[in-house]
Amino acid sequence: MIPLNDAGMVSGLICGVLFGYVLENAGFGSPAKLTAQFQLRDWSVFKVMFTAIVVAALGLYVLKVTGVMQPDAVFVPSALLMASAVGGALVGAGFAVGGYCPGTSVVGFFSGRLDAFMFLIGLLAGTFAFAGFYGPAVQAVMGMWEVQAGDTFTDAFGISEVTMLIILVVALIAVFWMGTWFERRAKGPVSADEAVAGAGSRN
Amino acid sequence: MSNMSGLGARPIKPFWPPLIAGVALGLVLLMTFVLTGHGLGATGATTRATAWIGLQMAPQITQSNAYLGPMVSSGNPMASWITWQVVGVALGALVAAYLGGRFKVQLDGAHSVGTPRRVLAALGGGVLAGFGARVAAGCTSGLGLSGAATLGVSAFVFLGLFFAVGLIVSRLVKGV
Repeated sequence: MIPLNDAGMVSGLICGVLFGYVLENAGFGSPAKLTAQFQLRDWSVFKVMFTAIVVAALGLYVLKVTGVMQPDAVFVPSALLMASAVGGALVGAGFAVGGYCPGTSVVGFFSGRLDAFMFLIGLLAGTFAFAGFYGPAVQAVMGMWEVQAGDTFTDAFGISEVTMLIILVVALIAVFWMGTWFERRAKGPVSADEAVAGAGSRN
Repeated sequence: MSNMSGLGARPIKPFWPPLIAGVALGLVLLMTFVLTGHGLGATGATTRATAWIGLQMAPQITQSNAYLGPMVSSGNPMASWITWQVVGVALGALVAAYLGGRFKVQLDGAHSVGTPRRVLAALGGGVLAGFGARVAAGCTSGLGLSGAATLGVSAFVFLGLFFAVGLIVSRLVKGV
């Protein structure tokens, strides 16, 4: 039965190696390239993420309508909107300041970047801080704005999966079109040469 | 190629075009869903590492902590799929950086903002992201990317706020 629900070492390593290999080849070990997304100079983060979301979402849809996969077979995060909003804001702020998100800091460190190791140390410290604050008050805030009807757009708001997929494809085309326009204005995305030379090499 | 990196002095290869990288990432994510029933992540492993460190340094405090306690009650918190996945990310990134001639030991950002400021920014950014990922119960990979592929509402809320706040903060603070 698909999914196989394999929680073993081999599947973890295989998925992880491929994930890290693709992220580094996309340029996502470089904080100069990653933060250039927020400066709207390099839209690779959006282009890659959106493309991946659309490819995986279409794939999951095809597996479901062909009956290969059960409708509720994959994990969907709970629709706790306050927690997602506050967490997204903090991770976005941390990305803008530190130059990485958690996954890309691993990629940065293993492409030789010592600042990415500092970011990883910070991640552990931030997790300790959260554990220190954790209690009924934090739990109450994190439980606010939960969508009771369901976790997906289909269950929560009655928007069909096909409609969502069409919206995502249109958004993907818009991201590529708009992103490429911004990148031309800013003399192109951050190249591998510039990324290896380090932030500040283009001036 | 205009310059060479340190290790092995392989010529620097360009990054993959975003469309190619995106399709590849989407297929890896889809394969992960098929194999495991869930997507890719990162902070699942750093959170377990935090619990493990806590257990070594202050076992009683860690065991009685409301958040870390349940993680250490049933043996080694590191024994998990996500730990292997993040080990894999490290290996995959290392191989890709080496083969692409892009492995270079450096404090990236030291040229642009200076060493002390870069170290503080990287640490501080990590603290914010580490705290935030626990509030959201996921990070850019685990909640943003993987959750969005399942058309989860919270993933899109996360990504919207992630981008909006990142856009503003990157104009206020220069950390790289």
